[in-house]
Amino acid sequence: MNEDEIKKNIFQLLKKIAPDTEPSVLKPDENIRETLGIDSFDALQFIIALNEKLGIEIPEKDYGKTNTLSDLLSYIMNKIK
Amino acid sequence: MIEFLMPSLGADMEDGTLIEWKKRTGDSVKRGDIIAEVETQKGLIEIEVFDEGIIEKLLIEEGTKVPVGTVLALIDPIEVSLETKKEKPIELHPIQEKTTEGITQEAEREIHIKASPLAKKMAEDHHIALFQIKGSGFDGAITKEDVEHVIAQRDVIDKEKTVIETEKTVASSEAIRAAIAAAMSKSNREIPHYYLEKKIDLTKALTWLQEANEQRKVQSRLLPVVLFIKAIAKTLLDFPDLNAIWDNGLKPKKDINIGFVVALHNGGIMVPAIHQADLKTVDEIMQTLNDIIPRARAMKLRSSELSDGTITLTSMGDGGADAVFGVIYPPQVAIIGFGSISEQPFAENGMLGVRSVVNATLAGDHRATDGLTGSQFLNLLARNLQKPESL
Repeated sequence: MNEDEIKKNIFQLLKKIAPDTEPSVLKPDENIRETLGIDSFDALQFIIALNEKLGIEIPEKDYGKTNTLSDLLSYIMNKIK
Repeated sequence: MIEFLMPSLGADMEDGTLIEWKKRTGDSVKRGDIIAEVETQKGLIEIEVFDEGIIEKLLIEEGTKVPVGTVLALIDPIEVSLETKKEKPIELHPIQEKTTEGITQEAEREIHIKASPLAKKMAEDHHIALFQIKGSGFDGAITKEDVEHVIAQRDVIDKEKTVIETEKTVASSEAIRAAIAAAMSKSNREIPHYYLEKKIDLTKALTWLQEANEQRKVQSRLLPVVLFIKAIAKTLLDFPDLNAIWDNGLKPKKDINIGFVVALHNGGIMVPAIHQADLKTVDEIMQTLNDIIPRARAMKLRSSELSDGTITLTSMGDGGADAVFGVIYPPQVAIIGFGSISEQPFAENGMLGVRSVVNATLAGDHRATDGLTGSQFLNLLARNLQKPESL
């Protein structure tokens, strides 16, 4: 899976969790949760959805490495290598 | 005969529209069964029944808006459990049974109604009972024109219903705003609030949570708020005066049902209750949240979830404000607030360290309790959160 495909998946999952937002306008360095107004509960649903869709498990201690779109992308790229 | 009333789903509710009956005349019901769906300012709510018996009569037609307290149905309080065995075999042909019954009753009535053959045929084709039509012909006989009139009226009503329903969906966020405005104004008008704040060290609780979550699949991970809910429930066992309602005096409640504030994506809040939170494990509380938060956001809650709260919790979550001083949801007498968790310098036993800290607050109804009770509550809550393993 290449970066564009992962990005597409991320946007789809975010859109599902925060249906009233437009995830594709996220800038690479913006904090995803702050920008889209995602609370702790929705954030956990997003982590679960990523696990189910892409098969990657993000442990709690790594949550801090997934705050922005570019961080999350490189984190996932590393995991699925 | 038990009268089943339009329930009040909070201090702010004045009326509701009966959208759909989920049970029919003759159906047996037991406690907790969903009897109807009612449209309120808080969405389409599944209304539960609290008695056992057989439905004798449904009094209100679908699509009717009625005030709180209106009798919706009559329930015959027959011992359902004893009857169930006998009834089962009959249930194999429930539709046939009912139809025969219906026709006999209607046929009896219609013997005395005069109508032209064409009018009879038209009424039958449009499923209109003759006794519902007012005859304008000779000796009150029903004519073709009378039936056409009823059909036309019915079409207009159907169209109006659709329009009303569409308008409701559009206006729902306004309706929620209005419901919140009514409840909070009432609270501010009637409840003399006092406010207390306590800084709580969460280091142990979060360490325990992290270790617990490492053992878990991502699907069953716990959120810190689950520990807050469980700790509040446990602490309330020692403070019955805070788990209560004010209704011309303080009335403590037996069950600890924690109303949990859920923010809606388009603005507004819903406060579904987590029933008997003191009897639930932390995992069961997490499962309850997984169930009620999405349903609250979709505005598909049950009547008991909206009306049974005995105290409220509002939690800011990550990145939110440091502390929240809530407005009590009447007729409750307390609301607990948790700010966002942050790392702070924290002095304990003469030592200074960096700890994960949260500011917990309590807004109490001063008619019901005093600051001393509230303060003791927050102290015990803080102590209970130091022993996450025994929550």
